[in-house]
Amino acid sequence: MPADIAIARHRKSAGRHGAFGDPAFKGLTLAFAVLVLVVLAGVLVSLVLGALPALQQFGFNFLITEAWNPVTEKFGALAPVYGTLVTSAIAMLIGIPVAFGVALFITELCPSWLKRPLSMMIELLAAIPSIIYGIWGLFVLAPFVQEHIEPALIDTLGAVPGIGLLFQGPPLGIGVLTAGFILAIMVLPFISAVMRDVFETVPAVLRESTYALGATTSEVVWRVVLPYARIGVFGGILLGLGRALGETMAVTFVIGNAHHIHASLLQPGTTISAALANEFTEAVGDLYLSSLIALGLILFVITFIVLALAKLLLIRLEKQGAG
Amino acid sequence: MPLYARRRLSNWIIIGLSVAATAFGLLWLVMVLGTLLINGVGAIGPALFTQMTPPPGSSGGLLNAIAGSLAMTGIATLIGTPTGILAGTFLAEYARGNQFGELVRFINDILLSAPSIIIGLFVYEVMVVRMGHFSAWAGAVALAIIMVPVVVRTTEDMLRLVPSALREAAAALGAPKWKVVVLVTYRAAMQGMVTGVLLAIARISGETAPLLFTALNNQFWSTDLNRPMANLPVVIYQFAMSPYADWQLLAWGGALLITASILVLNITARILAAWSSFKP
Repeated sequence: MPADIAIARHRKSAGRHGAFGDPAFKGLTLAFAVLVLVVLAGVLVSLVLGALPALQQFGFNFLITEAWNPVTEKFGALAPVYGTLVTSAIAMLIGIPVAFGVALFITELCPSWLKRPLSMMIELLAAIPSIIYGIWGLFVLAPFVQEHIEPALIDTLGAVPGIGLLFQGPPLGIGVLTAGFILAIMVLPFISAVMRDVFETVPAVLRESTYALGATTSEVVWRVVLPYARIGVFGGILLGLGRALGETMAVTFVIGNAHHIHASLLQPGTTISAALANEFTEAVGDLYLSSLIALGLILFVITFIVLALAKLLLIRLEKQGAG
Repeated sequence: MPLYARRRLSNWIIIGLSVAATAFGLLWLVMVLGTLLINGVGAIGPALFTQMTPPPGSSGGLLNAIAGSLAMTGIATLIGTPTGILAGTFLAEYARGNQFGELVRFINDILLSAPSIIIGLFVYEVMVVRMGHFSAWAGAVALAIIMVPVVVRTTEDMLRLVPSALREAAAALGAPKWKVVVLVTYRAAMQGMVTGVLLAIARISGETAPLLFTALNNQFWSTDLNRPMANLPVVIYQFAMSPYADWQLLAWGGALLITASILVLNITARILAAWSSFKP
């Protein structure tokens, strides 16, 4: 076909005119895209190599040992892993309902002129760096929690059999509960931003027809918006969880850094990232350092799984929206 | 209670809770910024910008920490911006709908939310251990690695907003693809891409965890990038955790300084995004 030949000829002549730039530019961008993969692979490989001595020494017991003793060189990850999971659980318990309320207010209730400034202010919560939450938590939140919230919890919930175990001991202000609370504030903007976005993907027709049937706002949200957006909501929650699990500085300031597992949430504990931030530069001895890197590896694997799940859900949602 | 009244009541309860949740969220923003202002403003003065970090129990400033933070953030930006823009260009211009592009996008999004302390560990293993000492270079590289996913993501998003008609028009005039991208698409998406870079700088300027294991800290003035270098976040961490009132005051001052610059960066970025020619 003459047209094809003409195009091919044109391409050839373009090549002669020094359009060598095309493959070069494509190759350049490709190289940097590959670099992104290399970084992730590099992180994984370097953590595994660094953790190897500790994993060889302790084996699977590393995961189920509570002891953390630099003097006798006995290390176990149980306390930091427990602390990471419990603080994140508290953060989710507080953060999810609040984020849902915020997203609900922004998408369904507030006047349209307020939407943008309000979203922006909530997003600013995410822009404040972790260390600022830390210093604020240490000097403002912890004393407040110690004087007002914890005594009240001990007197009320602490007396209830069963859950009471979670609220025993002196009110210290510094501990697992305060850390979880700060995390809740920090993950709030991430979860509510995703929720807001997925709520907005719900077709207006669905909302309008439900209102037309006489439903109240809360019925529209519970029966129409939420079921329609549930995959995205779940993805947003996982995204927030991924953030909470790896959050470092804010937690380091207020958790108390004790390698113990207490049933009570009011006692000091530690998390993987807090242990790393606190001990890494002062760790002497290869086994100590290697154990800390092994903690990092555990954190990386957990967050990778959580974030990958979040991402897969959100991708599924996008495809659903497009198709 | 009749059904209708019950439904109305539950509706009002849900609406009330939703308003309360929003107020709760905003309350923390006001509280954090308010405390920061009250505690930090006393530390702001000429000394903060002209004197070095003091030994315990005496007054001083944060000059070396400010300079160190600027230097490391600057180098990280110089490394991270081109890397992120080129990788983002690949995703937007050469990898639409192909499997490899999907994979890079997926991994990039995970790196975007990955704990920054892990990046610190990685750079420690790769640079600090190899070189045998902590250094400002290692700190800058750690920050650059944290910056790249943000730039990749925003660059890709912004390039995708550029209408295909612009590309097609340029291609129809006979421009090779690389010229179309560099001279037409980049130019059209410029504001958006700058926004992304600003947001990325805002993100790394408060990062503490990755600097702990890489740049460490330095009590003195240093311009040697091969040595540990003072930086605001780590100084804030050390000073805030100390029992000395002078140090704590400086920590508040530093915290106010960082937060103020991050808020300015964020707001500038948003204004720029609002001006940009193609809106999401």
